[in-house]
Amino acid sequence: MKAVSTGSMLSIALPKGRLGERVYGMFERAGFGCPGALDKGRKLIFENPELGLRCFWVKPADVPIYVERGAADIGAAGRDILLEYGPDVYELLDLRTGVCRMAVAAPEGFRDDPERTLRVATEFPNIARRFYAERGRDIDIIPLRGSIELAPILGLSDVIVDIVETGTTLRENHLHVIDTVAELSARIIANKAGSKFKGGRIQEVLRGLEAEIQ
Amino acid sequence: MNIDITSLKGGERAILALRCLYQRRGYACYKMSKFEEYDFYAQNRDFLSSGDILTFTDTDGRLMALKPDVTLSIVRHARIEPGVVQKIFYDENVYRAPRQAGKRGTFREIPQVGLECLGAVDDGCVREVLSLAAESLSLVAESRARVLDVAHLGVLSAVLDRAEPSARPALIQCVAEKNIHELTRLCGAETDTAKYLRALVGDCGRPEEALPALRRDLADCGPALKCLEQLERILSALGDGADFSGEAPLSLNVDLSAVSNLNYYNGIVFRGFIDGIPAAVLSGGQYDRLMERMGHAGGHAIGFAVYMDLLEPLGFNTGALRGPAEGRGEGH
Repeated sequence: MKAVSTGSMLSIALPKGRLGERVYGMFERAGFGCPGALDKGRKLIFENPELGLRCFWVKPADVPIYVERGAADIGAAGRDILLEYGPDVYELLDLRTGVCRMAVAAPEGFRDDPERTLRVATEFPNIARRFYAERGRDIDIIPLRGSIELAPILGLSDVIVDIVETGTTLRENHLHVIDTVAELSARIIANKAGSKFKGGRIQEVLRGLEAEIQ
Repeated sequence: MNIDITSLKGGERAILALRCLYQRRGYACYKMSKFEEYDFYAQNRDFLSSGDILTFTDTDGRLMALKPDVTLSIVRHARIEPGVVQKIFYDENVYRAPRQAGKRGTFREIPQVGLECLGAVDDGCVREVLSLAAESLSLVAESRARVLDVAHLGVLSAVLDRAEPSARPALIQCVAEKNIHELTRLCGAETDTAKYLRALVGDCGRPEEALPALRRDLADCGPALKCLEQLERILSALGDGADFSGEAPLSLNVDLSAVSNLNYYNGIVFRGFIDGIPAAVLSGGQYDRLMERMGHAGGHAIGFAVYMDLLEPLGFNTGALRGPAEGRGEGH
């Protein structure tokens, strides 16, 4: 199969899921939609030849990879993904959607004992490592891929570092936030090299999206 | 011995064409060993784009490294004479594990062609190296759009001097990412530092547009203005004698977000881009601070490297395929 080149089209990598659909809505309202992009079919790439746009859905953690390696000119990624992977890309716009925070949560009544290594369960080991390194705290990272709240309940970890939106899941599991690591929201990122050649078009899209920010 | 240049692979022809260009301009070929002591690179790890170093134990028990960088070795072994500029070029392989989206990659052999000027480097020498960088881009991809981004690190340093030392690494990262929203959050929207850094990020483009905008926005930041004057002086004379032609023109851009390691680099830094290649294919700049660190106090230096592995997507259907024999006018 022939590879699809980004060519003269502006390629946009969108994260699958609720956040991505919300971001795509902003693109569409700003006049940069691709017909059929929200259809639940098997089609992978959606084009708007009139506007010279192409968009595709990928796993949220893969958006920076597509953009950094130039398969997409721009993309929408949560700040959690950007902080975790540190891709070499431009971060051009805070869409102020998907607003939440990366936080440390612990069981009710938890007291940190500095004489012990702190066991930290997380899906974001790089963020957790940096956060505790800045505080000089010795930690043991327990990398998990989901249901992080379960770890302290079962004694697998002392605390968790995870995304907190409303805090409902934490409360239902008798956990509470003890520290905020970072404020999060969706960001528009761009390939550095691609921006040199498609800068005008990228700015056009950014201006449209800026007008859609609540 | 006659060599049929069409029997060479595209990459080999491109390397040959670059070597010929540098030789014509009076640069001498520098050949170096593939190995150096591991300690040397370990002591200068923060200069390396990837901190990973491929090591092995030599027969005498010394821990050695396959060289991850060329410039470090050249500067280490250079003999600097007052009033003299040493002009050298190289065609070497380096061994690195490039990072991708923050993850450690595996080691790769990366071919690099580049040049260095060491010693009494002045503005004229900086201009010559910038011209050669532009010509190198044209030589390997004359049919594609090309951009040479140029910055002066002194402007960023002057603005950062106003910020708390502990805040500087985060601000440098924001500038490199053109991340205005985070930069504003860190500095406060109305502070002079935020205003200047936003100008650094936003006032980019062709020199005749970007430089007046930067002068206006940095008007109250004296040390930054001096660096801008030097940048303008160098760029204004750059067209003289430089070959910027090709099927598609080369664009010269001012972009002060092109940040390099401030512990080593100073003054003019630059990066070259080719349409269709997702990363800078050429990178260079002045590195007086590295010279000082290597014991050449008062010595100046500038150089650049072309990353030949990144050029693979081109298929080398470019000017380089014509090869030096068909000439840009001069024989070898």
